[in-house]
Amino acid sequence: MRANRWFTPWLLVLPALVWLLAFSLWPSINTVRLSFTNASPLGGVSQWVGLQNFETLLADPQVWEALLNSVIYMAVCLPLLTVLPLLMAVLVERKLPGIAFFRTAYYTPVIASAVVVGLIWNWILDDRGVINEMAQHLGIVQSSIPFLTDRWLLVFSAISLTVWKGLGYYMIIFLAALGNVGKDLHEAAALDGAGSVRRFWSVTMPGVRGTMTLVGILVCVSALRVFSELYILTNGTGGPGGQDNSLVMLIQQYARGFTGNLGYASALSLLLFVVTLIPMLALARMNSKADK
Amino acid sequence: MTNTTSTTEPALGGAAGAAAPSPDVAGATDAGRASRPPRKRRRAAWGVMSTREKVLRYVLLVVVLFITIGPFLWQLSTSLKGTGEDIYTANPSFIPTQPTFGNYLRVGEAIPVFGYIGNSLVVAAIDVLGNILFATLAGFALARLQWRFRKAVLGLFLATLVLPGEATIISQFVTVKDLGLADSLVGVALPGMIAALNVLLMFNAFRQIPEEIDQAAVMDGANALQRLRYISLPAVQGTIAVIAIFSFIGAWDDFLWPLIVLQSPDKLTLTVGLQYLQGTFATDQRMIAAGTMIAFIPIAVIFAILQRFFFKGVEEGGVKG
Repeated sequence: MRANRWFTPWLLVLPALVWLLAFSLWPSINTVRLSFTNASPLGGVSQWVGLQNFETLLADPQVWEALLNSVIYMAVCLPLLTVLPLLMAVLVERKLPGIAFFRTAYYTPVIASAVVVGLIWNWILDDRGVINEMAQHLGIVQSSIPFLTDRWLLVFSAISLTVWKGLGYYMIIFLAALGNVGKDLHEAAALDGAGSVRRFWSVTMPGVRGTMTLVGILVCVSALRVFSELYILTNGTGGPGGQDNSLVMLIQQYARGFTGNLGYASALSLLLFVVTLIPMLALARMNSKADK
Repeated sequence: MTNTTSTTEPALGGAAGAAAPSPDVAGATDAGRASRPPRKRRRAAWGVMSTREKVLRYVLLVVVLFITIGPFLWQLSTSLKGTGEDIYTANPSFIPTQPTFGNYLRVGEAIPVFGYIGNSLVVAAIDVLGNILFATLAGFALARLQWRFRKAVLGLFLATLVLPGEATIISQFVTVKDLGLADSLVGVALPGMIAALNVLLMFNAFRQIPEEIDQAAVMDGANALQRLRYISLPAVQGTIAVIAIFSFIGAWDDFLWPLIVLQSPDKLTLTVGLQYLQGTFATDQRMIAAGTMIAFIPIAVIFAILQRFFFKGVEEGGVKG
């Protein structure tokens, strides 16, 4: 093929490359640099403070609470968001009349803003919201369940929101994977008398194992990155005594105002980056072992 | 997705949305007919569903439907209930007894909601146009042109996918602040204007076009831009639609980044403004419900109109990763 002029590809790729450098690569490097300073969101001169931010971070009880919340978040989201969306994908896989409507409807929570979803659940889980009113009316509980004010219930309320919002997203990924599972295998299994449950375990599951690992990684990473759900459900406070923060909530709180500290927020960002690498590496390793 | 006919009819996909399921119905009856010759009986075993299974599937579909869109309907219902109606009742009714749009008007009185919608649209427009244009150009250069460092640049785009966006948000804010764009809509829109993921999606789409077509065009003396315009672009419209939809949704729904960048009350985007509404009028659930519906309905309508492009894009492999 005739070579194009040497600069043509560079011209085409230039804007995207500049953006990549300015808004991805440089910020990653700059995060490391900032984490050794006490830069303020209001500007002014920042000073080099050495490892001080990291020392503060390790001794900060809020950071440990946030990490604990994240571990709980991951532990609950991982099984729910790898299994339920797969079942949903199996449900909408076969093309029945009207299936396009169901697929679209199941995807609706994904396209809604986390703020919208957060406010909807805020109302549903309210002290006088539909769940509490119904539960009291039916005599299941005497007083309202403190979904939005209890330190632990808040985490689970936010998790239920994340799971509900994530179902459709992972369903689509599984749907794409199911399309690649050989129809011939299903046919052969059906011919041999395998029922749908048996076919699910023997044909579908092995066919989507790689996708399950991918989804597992995505679920864990997004559980560690959770922000909007907790922010809206706690109205930005981080719950009673700030015990319901996530790492990203803390980063946002330190990014603003007079008490803000971009240096400390950057140290938290580095911690976030390291923490998100753990599930990626762990699950990638599990997968490569299972392949042997 | 399981249907073999869907791949043979790309032109039909461009017809009205209601037409989308019809090829599949035809496919099912084809399979039924095909079951008569003995050698194709296998297909029938998988293709035909018993009535019992069909009923069971529809029951499950409706149950899941209730779970996924029930909360939206409940919010819609609350937003339409009049102030004289008890929204806290233990016997909640989905249908408002005193339906009114008054709550929507009161949102407009409490916060400059049309200004916020305008701000969100400005940000979304910049991000949609930027991503379509620049991801297309870059994806084309990476997939269809031969040049040194092509693999290195591609690797660079891939490498940034590992970075969680929240981990660099602070130094992104510093960058935007240094550019003098803090507390401005351009500052909100700028970092999302070209996403590495979209460049890779376009790369992937362009790569699937057969090489021979390009070679023929080169023989005819077409330059790179002509090949992009007349050969490659028509083949990747599905991926461009997916990128457009998701750039819009991403910008419209984003919360953390505008929350960090914006300070002035008149510059807020809709999501940040809504959060402000909740913080200020926390006790008025009807009004908050109306506010959430104002943010939700436009995006739901857009997605409902464009969903067939999206699901087509999924089937073409845009999301396979």
